[in-house]
Amino acid sequence: MDIQTWTYIIVGLSFALYIGIAIWSKAGSTKDFYVAGGGVSPLANGMATAADWMSAASFISMAGLISFMGYDGSVYLMGWTGGYVLLALLLAPYLRKFGKFTVPDFIGDRYYSNTARTVAVVCAIFVSFTYVAGQMRGVGVVFSRFLEVDINTGVIIGMAIVFFYAVLGGMKGITYTQVAQFCVLIFAFMVPAFFISIQMTDTILPQLGFGAKTSDGMYLLDKLDGLHRELGFAEYTSGQKSKLDVFMITAALMIGTAGLPHVIVRFFTVPKVKDARLSAGYALALIAILYTTAPAISAFARTNLIETVSNKAYDSLPAWFGNWEKTGLIQFEDKNQDGLVQYVADAETNELTIDRDIMVLANPEIARLPNWVIALVAAGGLAAALSTAAGLLLVISTSVSHDLLKKQFMPFMSDKKELMFARLASLVAVCVAGYFGINPPGFVASVVALAFGLAAASFFPAIILGIFNKRMNKEGAIAGMVVGLLITIYYIARFRLHWIGDEATATEADWWFGISPEGFGTIGMLINFVVSVVISRFTPAPPEDVQAIVEDIRIPRGAGKAIEH
Amino acid sequence: MKDEKTREAYWRKNLSYLAILLSIWFIVSYLCGIVFVDQLNTIRMGGFKLGFWFAQQGSIYVFIVLIFVYVRLMNKLDKEFNVNED
Repeated sequence: MDIQTWTYIIVGLSFALYIGIAIWSKAGSTKDFYVAGGGVSPLANGMATAADWMSAASFISMAGLISFMGYDGSVYLMGWTGGYVLLALLLAPYLRKFGKFTVPDFIGDRYYSNTARTVAVVCAIFVSFTYVAGQMRGVGVVFSRFLEVDINTGVIIGMAIVFFYAVLGGMKGITYTQVAQFCVLIFAFMVPAFFISIQMTDTILPQLGFGAKTSDGMYLLDKLDGLHRELGFAEYTSGQKSKLDVFMITAALMIGTAGLPHVIVRFFTVPKVKDARLSAGYALALIAILYTTAPAISAFARTNLIETVSNKAYDSLPAWFGNWEKTGLIQFEDKNQDGLVQYVADAETNELTIDRDIMVLANPEIARLPNWVIALVAAGGLAAALSTAAGLLLVISTSVSHDLLKKQFMPFMSDKKELMFARLASLVAVCVAGYFGINPPGFVASVVALAFGLAAASFFPAIILGIFNKRMNKEGAIAGMVVGLLITIYYIARFRLHWIGDEATATEADWWFGISPEGFGTIGMLINFVVSVVISRFTPAPPEDVQAIVEDIRIPRGAGKAIEH
Repeated sequence: MKDEKTREAYWRKNLSYLAILLSIWFIVSYLCGIVFVDQLNTIRMGGFKLGFWFAQQGSIYVFIVLIFVYVRLMNKLDKEFNVNED
């Protein structure tokens, strides 16, 4: 069977599964809709968190990025896993004990202030939208390559599916679909990785194959470093970014991860504090399957790519090259007219441009794996994009129906009415996300930095101080969030998006202390901490009942009761 | 668990666990994977340079272990101070 038939079968089956689960787990109350009734087992929650977390970017783009960045790509590997340690140790158990539905709920109650709640809602919505636009685009890309439909049609099909189970099932539907999606995506990621690892190094586990010898007796990484030197690239295993910048970006991604509302909210769905801790452990272990395999795939793919194309005759290149050339994601220009592909670091003589995003999708084809494996990768990419999109849409709809409408405008709204508003809000959110997927704003690539930077500079300090510093009051927290947020937005707008100031003075040389906009969230976070603590010392201590809340969330006993309010 | 003193002691113990675990977290990622990566890269472990291995593999494995150790420590501590859930 050809790739396309296989893709239709496998993608079709996986979609049928998601829809079946959605119907089976339809939400009946707001509690079902927001936190899946609070009765999800730690392992199921771990799987759902993992699927929620691993987005189209993790599945499709990350290995490709690393294969072009080498050591510098480590910022993503450490950044997107290390945050779970912070989450498990500093946030999840306490927020679970607190026992409300959302992050703005915590901020609003802990800081006894609707202003704080509103700041948190705005951040949550903004962070989630920037993220979801990228997911919808990812869906479109997979559809267009493997089902040969137009990208826009692909986005609309994706919207329809997400709409169906997010709107119908809420958190309950999403959680159980995400469990299924986790299985699909991890299977789809691992199968080709095993194949390629065996092919290249005779080792089954890619994590070990990564450090093993290839058929010619050389260690894979040494060989890759050698190839890089020959072609004039920097060595694969050494970095080019400054240490400080790598440090800052890693920290911003870690802290951002721990501050992302769609990840935090997952820990509200388990029954106990104990389960929240354990569930974070499961989530990281499951995520790590992909995150420790990805750098291996990057090294395999990089070696494979160089060996397949470098100095080979253009006419004799395998079929995948032509297929991707048609999408415009691979471009070849025979500058010296010798009919051979010169792939080198020097921009003047280099003849090949490759889009980083295609590495994972093209990898099975490059390694000549069977057609069903290639179709599986398509289904996995879709599972990754859809599961993350659904989780984000839920945060958006909850923020609107619960944090804004119920908490601020219509406090006496019935449960049924709130549920209806939640569904309406997710309908609107799906449409907006779809619009961004079809007409991606030019800054989509850089908004991921923005999303993490903002989460790190706003939520993280406010939540941590709310738990670990009893003296922290609303004046301190609000001032910290606003200052942290504004300075991070300013820095990114100035040096990445070029919306403010003269572009000519926004080069790398002008970065403060050489810190890139991606890493600036760390500075924003530090400033937030300092401002919060200083201001809180000059303003009145929080009221007794709030201090009692802090005392209460520090001990696990009694979490079961806290969930209703 | 009404007693202010036990509550206080439980929280202090918790904070000391956090300090130890987060120090390890910082050492494997920021120190081994970034700050001292060049020095560690002179040591080899099979086909890996050690610093590179920490940055792309090792730190992640340690992170997982840290969370599970924390879960165990806290479950024990909760029981010891009688603040565990049922």
